[in-house]
Amino acid sequence: MRLPIPAKAHPVQTEQIILFRVSGQLFAVSSASVQEVRSVDTLAGAAKEIAQAGLRKVRHIVQRGEHALYVVNGAMHFGLPPFAPALVFVLRRTRTALLVDGIEKMTTMTRLQALPQAFCNDERDWYRGVTAIDQTVVPVVKPEGFLTPDELFLLDSSLQPKESPTEIAARESALGGLLPQTDIIDDSSASFPQ
Amino acid sequence: MSTQTDSESFVLLRLAERRFAVAAVDIAELVAPSRVFRFPHQTKEIEGVILRRGRIVPVCDVAARLIGKNLLSRRFYLIAQRRYTTGTEWIALPVTGDCELIFAEMIPASEADLPHVSGWLSHDGDVIEVLNLTALTPGPTTATLVVPADAVQQEALS
Repeated sequence: MRLPIPAKAHPVQTEQIILFRVSGQLFAVSSASVQEVRSVDTLAGAAKEIAQAGLRKVRHIVQRGEHALYVVNGAMHFGLPPFAPALVFVLRRTRTALLVDGIEKMTTMTRLQALPQAFCNDERDWYRGVTAIDQTVVPVVKPEGFLTPDELFLLDSSLQPKESPTEIAARESALGGLLPQTDIIDDSSASFPQ
Repeated sequence: MSTQTDSESFVLLRLAERRFAVAAVDIAELVAPSRVFRFPHQTKEIEGVILRRGRIVPVCDVAARLIGKNLLSRRFYLIAQRRYTTGTEWIALPVTGDCELIFAEMIPASEADLPHVSGWLSHDGDVIEVLNLTALTPGPTTATLVVPADAVQQEALS
């Protein structure tokens, strides 16, 4: 008698993830997306405050070679209560350094379910999907979702050196009035969507 | 003579003192309340998700929209199929009482009816709204529907 050949099991695709907390809320991020984990203390000396960021969730910048990393307050990003962050995740292939409470554990995710379509607002940009770990549902964050292109543009613009009125007057004087007169629109009170 | 073949089947659900109907073909099951997992999001109609048969099902309390107040207590979750342009997904609707399967003839909604009303039926002396879940529960507009490719891929492989 010949026994049936057992069907070859398909290997389950798994992914290493880091479970972390922001304001007590549990999230997951792919380990491959985290380039570096630092304590807030070790980053404090290297961080520079942004004078006029225009984004409440970003108050500091860390210069890394030619690139500037924006330090995103995770609680403000997700609309959670304020917290005292202990760690910073430097997220790979982004310009985001994310402030978090701490790491819960590292584990393996075997199934990532797409975010149900009933969720139809900004959270679609925040999460890659959701997964069930130990009978708990955890959203899996999208590293590039912490700062939208518009927000990055706003932050980059805020870092451009601004001329003082004296410098502007000096430059115009040096040009000897060769430039045509134009109306100056004061948009200093303009607000940007957050 | 009218027979059941002329009728459609509906599930009657109760929200506080009022009853509503959903086409039975749209109902997956009726389950006891279980833990609702909450995480940050910005879709105010969704209060969280439950785990059911390995699926992550959003919980949508439709009471505020239908009876003008949120439910203080809930007896069951009616798991319904919500249609989207790309397919159907389960959605859990909290209800306050038993549900009942009935056969009835539906009178289609008129233009004067609210978008979440797909029709009306008469049962036990009551006139009952038949709910259009697509209009009642949140979902993406076609332009905003983005399902991450990796999520779909991993779900298919698991």
